[in-house]
Amino acid sequence: MKLDQDAKYQDSHEWARKEGDLIVVGISDHAQDSLSDIVYVELPVIDDEIDKGDVFGVVESVKAASDMYMPVSGEIVEVNDALEDTPEVVNSDPFGEGWFIKVKPTNLDAEWDNLMDVDAYVASIEG
Amino acid sequence: MNYNPNTQADRRAMLETIGVQSVTELFADVPEKARYPKLNLPRPLSEMEMMAELTRMSDKNADAHHYACFMGAGAYNHFVPSVVGQMQMREEFYTAYTPYQPEVSQGTLQAMFEYQTMMAELTAMDVVNASHYDGATSIAEAALMACNAGRGRRKKVLVSPAVKPNYRAVMRTYFQGTDITVTGDEDPANDLEALKKMLDKDTACLALQTPNFFGELEPVQELADAVHAAGALLVVHVDPHSLGLFTPPGEYGADIVTAEGQALGNALNFGGPYLGIFAASKKYVRKMPGRLVGQTVDTKGRRGFVLTLSTREQHIRREKATSNICTNTGLVALGAAIYLAAMGKQGIRRVAELSYHKAHYAASQIDKLCNGYSLVTDKPFFKEFVIQCPKPVTEINRALLERQIIGGYDLGQRYPNRQNQMLVAVTEMNTRQQIDDFVAALKEVA
Amino acid sequence: MYESLLFEISSPGRTACSLPDLDVPEAELPSEFLRQEAVNLPEISELDLVRHYVRLSQKNYSVDSVFYPLGSCTMKYNPKVNEVAAAMPKFTATHPLQPEETVQGNLQLMYELQEAIKEIAGFADVSLQPAAGAHGEFAGVLIMRAYHLSRGDTQRNNMLIPDSAHGTNPASCAMSGFSVQQIPSDERGNIDLDALRAACNETTVGLMLTNPNTLGLFEENIEEIAKIVHDAGGLIYGDGANLNAMMGVARPGDLGIDVMHFNLHKTFSTPHGGGGPGSGPVGVVEKLRPFQPGPIVAKDGDSYTLKMPEQSIGAVKSFWGNFGVLLRAYTYIRMLGEDGLRLATEDAVLNANYLRVKVGKTCPVKYDRVCMHEFVSMGDIAEGIHTMDIAKRLIDYGFHPPTVYFPLIVHEALMIEPTETESKETLDAFADVLEKIAEEARENPELLHSAPHTTEVSRLDEVVAARKPVLRYKA
Repeated sequence: MKLDQDAKYQDSHEWARKEGDLIVVGISDHAQDSLSDIVYVELPVIDDEIDKGDVFGVVESVKAASDMYMPVSGEIVEVNDALEDTPEVVNSDPFGEGWFIKVKPTNLDAEWDNLMDVDAYVASIEG
Repeated sequence: MNYNPNTQADRRAMLETIGVQSVTELFADVPEKARYPKLNLPRPLSEMEMMAELTRMSDKNADAHHYACFMGAGAYNHFVPSVVGQMQMREEFYTAYTPYQPEVSQGTLQAMFEYQTMMAELTAMDVVNASHYDGATSIAEAALMACNAGRGRRKKVLVSPAVKPNYRAVMRTYFQGTDITVTGDEDPANDLEALKKMLDKDTACLALQTPNFFGELEPVQELADAVHAAGALLVVHVDPHSLGLFTPPGEYGADIVTAEGQALGNALNFGGPYLGIFAASKKYVRKMPGRLVGQTVDTKGRRGFVLTLSTREQHIRREKATSNICTNTGLVALGAAIYLAAMGKQGIRRVAELSYHKAHYAASQIDKLCNGYSLVTDKPFFKEFVIQCPKPVTEINRALLERQIIGGYDLGQRYPNRQNQMLVAVTEMNTRQQIDDFVAALKEVA
Repeated sequence: MYESLLFEISSPGRTACSLPDLDVPEAELPSEFLRQEAVNLPEISELDLVRHYVRLSQKNYSVDSVFYPLGSCTMKYNPKVNEVAAAMPKFTATHPLQPEETVQGNLQLMYELQEAIKEIAGFADVSLQPAAGAHGEFAGVLIMRAYHLSRGDTQRNNMLIPDSAHGTNPASCAMSGFSVQQIPSDERGNIDLDALRAACNETTVGLMLTNPNTLGLFEENIEEIAKIVHDAGGLIYGDGANLNAMMGVARPGDLGIDVMHFNLHKTFSTPHGGGGPGSGPVGVVEKLRPFQPGPIVAKDGDSYTLKMPEQSIGAVKSFWGNFGVLLRAYTYIRMLGEDGLRLATEDAVLNANYLRVKVGKTCPVKYDRVCMHEFVSMGDIAEGIHTMDIAKRLIDYGFHPPTVYFPLIVHEALMIEPTETESKETLDAFADVLEKIAEEARENPELLHSAPHTTEVSRLDEVVAARKPVLRYKA
């Protein structure tokens, strides 16, 4: 299982990583593996403001669809348009090319520390 | 009569294997006081008696084989080539279930893929699903899809009053539990220009029908631009036969197209089963309700077909599905596909032309009558038109029945401003003789 | 060799259409509305068209060709007399808007079918209008909503649904504006009564109950369930998918169910048509009668007429119902009568239990107690073998696979419903084949992984189909 040591995680398997002032969000290697071949990703519209814990998109395999939840509250400033034509990169590179959205956080100080670090996430999967 | 092969010996052997004494033991979980109720049903009939009974019942009907039929209003008496029924009723098609196991359902799947393709050609739309129940449920689900496509933020469905009244009623039935409102049809005088002015940032779609309920072709050119500028979708309900002759909605910017496909190879059947045709532009395919068949390859690279994009559907998405529909009208869609393939490029135009010319002949003959009859329709129309009658339509229709004629639809029932107006439908099935007899009969009963 | 598409066998100038010459003067065509290019439909001779569809049909498995034990779908034999009846021209050539006095035969048939379903299921009223099971279910949920609102009970917006339910249940609730709360099953496959009690309150619309449930089990606590829900002011919806286990043995209306749809294309022998048309009439108890979708056929002296219930949720489709399907169901019910219907249910349940015992030796049954018309086995019978492998291998032996991976609460589910119209010999053959497949699974698992081998196409790539959808032919 691949992991990103610098990212934070939440129970629903999204990861979040700081990139300058922005937060990049994707799903973990564990999540892509249990979904198997990803065939479609539905992403929000730029400028949407979405609260932590709310659904920002859907990731689909042939037989399953999973909602994706915001790890932090904020405004969507960028979405990974490449996923429209090549959703398979979420399978091959979940922490890199397979990112979903970039968020301008609005309540980061309160929310960031509530996310799990990599060790806690691994423990939560194995537990 | 029953169709069970089990003999008493079989039953005994099976009970023994199961380890119970009698079949009744298998129903021990049914609360005792409700177990084995007496059913008060008529005595069972043999097949011979059954056919006699059905013959007696059907003899009470007047039907379009023995009567000249000028009734339309959403169900049409078009010709059904013999090849349609003969192929559609092959057991391998009609006794199969939904094609869940693609390797043993390639017949149904390929036929649906061909259906989707031919309907896409007819409507000039990108994507067509494997069918809905009928025209009414198609247009209702189209409006729902338009609301979903706007991510639930737009809640207003604008609908033309010239959309068939029953379709508008079904839309309202569908939306009664939601915060979607259906509006625009309160005033029968609201034409497309008036509806355009009602577009706003809350409008999910504008839904119209062309030819409309009164048979008239709607002036749809440039309408899509106005609808799209308001951020809404254009939903167009069509008569599929009209597209043999007239501009398909995909060419004037429709986002969702629906139609009643009954007359494409299917009998009148007293209102059902019919065929809901549902098409959309590619952009909205993930928001579409209903089943879709897609092309793919097998492990050896051979072409094959599967149900696809299933994550939209209830068995996966449950309460987040685009619709609850599962069983649709696959066999009727198959009939429509065979019909379109049998008619072909020339035939579909020919049916439309025959219907058009015969309807116009009938309209002009009635307009010449003068004794209280006149043609109300003053716009281009396809195969239906409205006439003003000198007395109530129900009275006229009763008199026509005595002359072996099923008259047209009484518009006064649903439109208070259209008392004594009859909606007349003419198809290729109506011979000149039938039309002349109809006109003569109208004259007599005035 | 694979079959060409219609478009690939098209040749300009061919046709299978025969139309009369125009016998009236031509009218002028409105040029601004005309289609610029002819519809790009195929051009094919009648024989080529016939061969195309005959060959296509041969690629299907169907009830008339093979055993088709698709769980929850009741793939019983579709009697031929039904088809002859439904094709009678004096039925098929009637227009739904003809004056009522000219369609008394149709209306009488519909009325008598309403009466028969009322009697079989124990309800006060039946509307034949809905077009399929899910459609009837949507109507039923709207009826529940209308009932609560009519009593000023406006806060009820939460529907309870067991975790074993069909996906249509939550989807129909969402379309009706209700939230959905899932109720777990207990270790015997029944609804967990404590969970149900805890969930019931003044926001409860009702419970959507499939009985027998999708595990094929009759709810052992049905009376208690009904009491809990009714005491909380809720209603019980019955999903009629499994009525084939109840005819003449138990009436849903007697068990506390308030509203229910019926799948005529399951229980009452009308064919499935490769995905419809179905028919999903709704039955209700007396207090829900005013809210029925309509119109409904009423008897007035010796004549029959269409009437809209006074507080109806409205029409749910064009016209009066899927008449062609109603006609088949009526024929079936009239020919079987009370004893025949009861025997159909008894043999359906007998066949299912016999197969449960036999198949259970190979594919363990998750909740192994007396079942009703179907049961759920598990397909992970050897290392690396999944339910899908068994399903595909069954095809090689000439059987249509059972329902797979449903209900969701059973891991590697294999849901088997034999129906009453299958013989003991067929059931034995099926069980024997499963045993043989289990042997293959241990000795040569690749044979299963690469199945089916006998069909014109092998397993199809669903990932490719979904990633880059090709939904129509393009030259």
